[in-house]
Amino acid sequence: MVIIFVALFASWLSPYDPIEQNVRSRLQPPQIQHPLGTDSFGRDVLSRIIWGSRISLSVGVGSILFGMILGSTLGMVAAYRGGKIGEFIMRFMDILMCFPTEILAIMVLVVLGSGLEKLILTIGTVMTPRFARLAFASTLSVKEREFVLAAKAIGAKHSRILFKHILPSIFGEIMVISSLWIATAIRVEANMSFLGLGVSPPTPTWGNMVLTGVAQLTNAPWLSLFPGLAITLAILSFNLIGDGMRDAMDPKLQG
Amino acid sequence: MLRLLLRRLLLLVPTILVVVTLVFIMVRVAPGDPAIAILGDYATKDSLEALREKMGFNVPLWLQYLRFLSNIFRGDLGVSMLNNNPVKAQLLYALPYTLELTISSMIVGVLLGLPFGILTALRRNRWADYVGRIVSLAGISIPSFYLGILMIFVFSVKLGLFPVMGISRSGDLLGRLNHLVLPAFTMGLILTSYIMRVSRSTMLNVLKEDYIRTAKAKGLNNVIVVYKHALLNALIPIISVTSIYFIVIIGASVMVEIVFSRPGLGKLMVLAMKQRDYVMLQSIMLVYAALAMMINLATDLIYGLVDPRIKYK
Repeated sequence: MVIIFVALFASWLSPYDPIEQNVRSRLQPPQIQHPLGTDSFGRDVLSRIIWGSRISLSVGVGSILFGMILGSTLGMVAAYRGGKIGEFIMRFMDILMCFPTEILAIMVLVVLGSGLEKLILTIGTVMTPRFARLAFASTLSVKEREFVLAAKAIGAKHSRILFKHILPSIFGEIMVISSLWIATAIRVEANMSFLGLGVSPPTPTWGNMVLTGVAQLTNAPWLSLFPGLAITLAILSFNLIGDGMRDAMDPKLQG
Repeated sequence: MLRLLLRRLLLLVPTILVVVTLVFIMVRVAPGDPAIAILGDYATKDSLEALREKMGFNVPLWLQYLRFLSNIFRGDLGVSMLNNNPVKAQLLYALPYTLELTISSMIVGVLLGLPFGILTALRRNRWADYVGRIVSLAGISIPSFYLGILMIFVFSVKLGLFPVMGISRSGDLLGRLNHLVLPAFTMGLILTSYIMRVSRSTMLNVLKEDYIRTAKAKGLNNVIVVYKHALLNALIPIISVTSIYFIVIIGASVMVEIVFSRPGLGKLMVLAMKQRDYVMLQSIMLVYAALAMMINLATDLIYGLVDPRIKYK
């Protein structure tokens, strides 16, 4: 299992070849000269897929980073402080988690508007409750451990220094799940682009490439089939990485 | 049992209130003046004012909020800004289609996922398990709309087996089913993958338990051990997880409805969003929230019924 995940780690990295622009060469869609064909504007599909990977990856990682920082902080604070505030925060997170992910994403997009940065914020916000829940549970379990109590006994300067103690403990768990959630984030980004709600037209994202390609499904299937495949592979890679990380951490505990 | 139900319903009220308020705030905070969105950039100031008055936007915010609340309690969801048809009617039209899709996907997912998941748990680390794990991994990695497009490509375009989009014109059962197959299987297969994985891990955990070993040591027939003891106990977490997946399915139905051009809540929502039809949007959000809460409630109840250990606390 571990070997497989390393292998696919590599295959995901290779689409992330940087600066191949949209080559406006010939016209309608052939398939042989250009490995994956061209679209109706004559743009090379392969290049657009490569270019699109930057968006999918930046949205995926960016949104997770945002969600991780915001969510974990909320969760940790809620667990540490406890009391009414903590309960209130977590209740709110629970309510957010009530909504299906895609629906919540659409809702937040309505508020924030479109564009790349807003998209990252949106998906980050959508993922925040998950991180909050995770951080909350982890912090609760770590809170009563000896080193925390020791730090308190020394009179550690408030919550600040305590975060330096609690955080490293829960960091591992957070990182492991993050990979799986990056996969989710990429999926949500693709969904949004496919709905036409994400990043705008000339910029290629895998999602909107599939969208425009659907119209040509009968005569030019490669236009939507390949970007979709790219999405699938990217999600798959992150899932494998996440699964691999989780499996690696587990037997350690069973030692 | 009844007491549990009442307590749950009581807890629901503040939750609903928060959700409604949230929706209200979100819609009002959204950028863009809805009056301009409807009338266009060149509308005169007077007509803008008139429209705002008609829609009730020129009133102070707290008053809008109160009106909003009272409207909802009276069941009046307003008129869509887009096509001037009452929101409620449109929702009621779309909802059955969404439910139809969601429930049939759920059925497909459970019918396929549960047995296969358990199978892979029983045949752990053997051939069937590996195939199962690879397939289910692929299943959760494919975005729903892509699978839908693939299905369309294979079954409709190439093989011409099922209709590509829409719903049945004549409305007869066979026609409806015909149009339902591809969409339901698209979501169903993805759900199958999720359920397979969960069933597998739950089953594995249960099989490790002591009472299973005891049963086997007693010399019970292996089949009986599996079905009676392991399965029943494994079912409980699977049920709770299934409710989460139901909500996920509702979310994914948006994509599938778009791909297959089926009428439904998701399609309504996307259209409303693109046109900034706030009146429609807030009602749809409420419906989704209500659905989610009902599912949670139902799950808790089933949980209470199934697990004899749970008493109301």
